[in-house]
Amino acid sequence: MPGQTVIEKIIQAHSDEEAAPGRIVWMELDVRTARDFAGANVVQNYRTHYGNSPVADASKTFFTFDCVVPAKTIPYASNQHLCRLWAREQGIRVYDVDAGIGSHVAIEEGLAYPGCTFVGTDSHLNILGAIGAFGQGMGDQDIAFAFKTGKTWFEVPPTMQVVIKGELHPPCTARDLTLAVLRELGSSGALGKAVEFTGPAIEALDLAGRITLASQITEMGGIIGFVPPSKEVLAFCRERAGREVSGVYADPDAEYCQVVEVDISNLEPLVACPPSPANVRPVRELAGTRIDSVFLGSCTNGRFEDFVAVAEVVKGEHIAPWVTASVVPATRQVYARLLREGVLETLFEAGFIVSNPGCGGCASGQIGMTGQGEVQVSTSNRNFPGKQGAGETYLASPLTAAWAALRGEIVVPG
Amino acid sequence: MKPTRIRGRIWVLTGPDGQMYNDVDTDMIFHNRHLHITNLAEMGQHALGNLKGWEDFAQKCRPGDIILAGANFGAGSSRQQAVDCFRALGIAALIAESFGAIYKRNAINSGFPILTLPGLSQMAGEFKSGDELEVDFETGRLGLNGEREYQAEPFSRVQMDIYQAGDLFAYGKTLET
Repeated sequence: MPGQTVIEKIIQAHSDEEAAPGRIVWMELDVRTARDFAGANVVQNYRTHYGNSPVADASKTFFTFDCVVPAKTIPYASNQHLCRLWAREQGIRVYDVDAGIGSHVAIEEGLAYPGCTFVGTDSHLNILGAIGAFGQGMGDQDIAFAFKTGKTWFEVPPTMQVVIKGELHPPCTARDLTLAVLRELGSSGALGKAVEFTGPAIEALDLAGRITLASQITEMGGIIGFVPPSKEVLAFCRERAGREVSGVYADPDAEYCQVVEVDISNLEPLVACPPSPANVRPVRELAGTRIDSVFLGSCTNGRFEDFVAVAEVVKGEHIAPWVTASVVPATRQVYARLLREGVLETLFEAGFIVSNPGCGGCASGQIGMTGQGEVQVSTSNRNFPGKQGAGETYLASPLTAAWAALRGEIVVPG
Repeated sequence: MKPTRIRGRIWVLTGPDGQMYNDVDTDMIFHNRHLHITNLAEMGQHALGNLKGWEDFAQKCRPGDIILAGANFGAGSSRQQAVDCFRALGIAALIAESFGAIYKRNAINSGFPILTLPGLSQMAGEFKSGDELEVDFETGRLGLNGEREYQAEPFSRVQMDIYQAGDLFAYGKTLET
């Protein structure tokens, strides 16, 4: 039997069928979730088909509200409350509008751990590849079925390997590394595939950097991107999950459909220009572009470390007078640490709006949208037309965004 | 048990140049101007209504017919109607060189028989609309006019479980203890 890749091993451990690429197999799910987007549809589907019968296992089923938090319109509020009431009937735990981004909450609360299978209605749930778990976003019918049965079916994807050559050096960050991979693969370079990252720069990434990288696989068309868990990541997950966990790693003779090398030895800070995340150019070429607003946060760059990087740049200074800038921590835990360690104060004094945790600008504008003609630098994950509003969004690292906020124009950081 | 071997008249989705259409997207199959329709019976009349040369498909086809399509059939949006419109017409199976990922998921979840036949668009000349095709879901064997044979990918266990139960939700009920 040939060696197996990470996704083949994880699916194999959750299925009694052979998990070979191209095969469609039933797969046991360790965790099934729904967020406020599509959550009410999940409940409706469930009730229509399964009435008042209990879910397969309430202790493995969760709601995570993160899109419109707190609800700003009555329809959103009603949908969330419909989920809450149903969750009470079923004994399902709700991570409510105060909790933050579901995929991040899952990692922090230890709901997700290396090697687990995890589904929900968030198309960026594959972010769990950051800890070597298999996360996947699905539609409301599939999730209702998963709630009821504890399983789903999946076509085992082929795996491609992305080898990162060289090491990351300031002012380049994990986001610039991610943009370099996007530049290489484009918007469909990983279409229908699982990705495994390898190389010294990957091993050196902290959890926040791993989350940044994994969060952008969707923008490359991929199913999921795995970052092999380091000792530090395993220790973190062990502590959060309150149980023994071990990483799932590819066999040395695993078969990859493709191997791509990305050399970052001469990397410079990068930015994704409108209208797509794969439209990557050096920050240098955009220098001097006047900007109107800055957004810091999202499932891509909403971690504690991301905001500390910004605070170090803006400490004791003030953002440009014509710029508005907002900060949305990914989760309540991130917010708490930023608060206790004085980072929020630094950002506030520098002129930033500080919002409660959540998805930020990506889902109907928790913290406002861009207007016609507005130029925004954002650390979020998508800049398709209309996604962050009517303006033009440039996606960049927290460091590049911090410098842009200070100067009121795009500048090379450092 | 539902039949796992069917026989039906085929429609080969070719364009004006005689070649099989590739990348037929969900707007060509079921245009977004009809998305307000939620009643299955009303969906059939719009099937392929936006694919050049096939606008009258709903009038031409009969229950039990089989459709042959090129690569990446059902690309684009996630609309379930692009599958349901064929179910409404009683189409017995859809065979394509390949399917869009979401389309494939929707079709399998709704218990609609689809099969992948690698290389189909290269062999398009061997099939004519009106030919008779026998399809074995279990083995993937295709028999054309009782003469020629082809090997499609057979149903996976998942596909057969859901097909036999009716749809994904009905399959969920069979698991209840």
